[in-house]
Amino acid sequence: MARIIGTLSTSHIPAIGNAIAKGLQNEPYWKPFFDSWPPVREWLAREKPDVVVFFYNDHGLNFFLDKMPTFAVGACAEYVSEDEGWGIPTIPSVRGEPKLSWQIINGIVEDGFDPVMCQEMAVDHAITNPLLLMFPDAKWPVTIVPIAINSIQHPLPGPKRCFDLGRAVGKAIEAWPEDKKVLLIGSGGLSHQLDGERAGFINKAFDTECLEAMVSGVEPLTKYSALDVVELAGAQGVELMCWIAARAAMQGEVKELHRTYHIPISNTASAVQLLSHTRAVETAKAA
Amino acid sequence: MAREIEGTTIFEGGQAMKGYQLNKMCFSFNDPENRKAFLADQAAYMDKYKLTKEQREALASGSVLKMIEAGGNAYYLAKLAGILGLGVQDIGAQQTGMTVEAFKQKLLDQARQ
Repeated sequence: MARIIGTLSTSHIPAIGNAIAKGLQNEPYWKPFFDSWPPVREWLAREKPDVVVFFYNDHGLNFFLDKMPTFAVGACAEYVSEDEGWGIPTIPSVRGEPKLSWQIINGIVEDGFDPVMCQEMAVDHAITNPLLLMFPDAKWPVTIVPIAINSIQHPLPGPKRCFDLGRAVGKAIEAWPEDKKVLLIGSGGLSHQLDGERAGFINKAFDTECLEAMVSGVEPLTKYSALDVVELAGAQGVELMCWIAARAAMQGEVKELHRTYHIPISNTASAVQLLSHTRAVETAKAA
Repeated sequence: MAREIEGTTIFEGGQAMKGYQLNKMCFSFNDPENRKAFLADQAAYMDKYKLTKEQREALASGSVLKMIEAGGNAYYLAKLAGILGLGVQDIGAQQTGMTVEAFKQKLLDQARQ
């Protein structure tokens, strides 16, 4: 049976991709963020995940307002990145894991979700930056399944809905009969706002609350609405939903192995957090 | 939407309908050929996407707040900003009426909340 080995959550700020391309990792501005990655990579080298399931938000590359899905699951054999309109470096294409994609789609529909199912999907910095941070040589030792959560057009799915989505995805992964190790990624955040008179808004207190909840369990965050999160974390801080879903997919016991929180990168409070899944619950195994 | 959040435009159905043409044009900039075509003849490109008068005026003014008011969405406008060579700190400074240096300082100061 497949096993969820942990959740790695990270900011995916576009500037990270540019910093990697320019080799700025040791510059004073960038060092606090990039220094968080060697221990994460050591853990990855030890644990050797086979598949990475991304909870992420598309930034207007794959989805437009003509058809905007609340949730979308990629079921592609291969994922290709593009420069998104402003020249972010692209990465070598990444292999998909269509069997797990369909396992997840079937499972979450059974559990009451209505995802858009994608057999062609361009992926943006929300996928490419975490991959490059995990595997700097860009030789991907993993396959991926991307699950997109709408962060563009309101009404957005809120913390409760994303928590439930995560639960359903986790259940589907653990019911997958393949002997594979699965890593979850919550891509985005933390607090930031790019648009409006409140641009530059960051909320350290709320971010800290969220980072703590990622360890002890994110259920308490479900008391907030999507608009509460806009107010507390900033207009683009709603990427927090990806963290909530990724953490909710992991039931049982978790251990925090790494945490970095640094203000700012670009306009964002950046964060990297690694949680290992130390014990799955019995019900998941029995399902 | 009834709820007001200071300095923030909630991009809900009304804004999405109002800004559709502008955002559609910006979405087209994912393709490098379209970026070239826009830069070669901006007026013709805006005609092709049927931008409204308000959207054209907002673009001509260079004001991001006006573009948002005209229905522009941050994620799609980012592609236009890329073409114009504006970074997120430039845009942040413009929207908050600060110098870029002061805006960067504001970001740094929030580390000490």
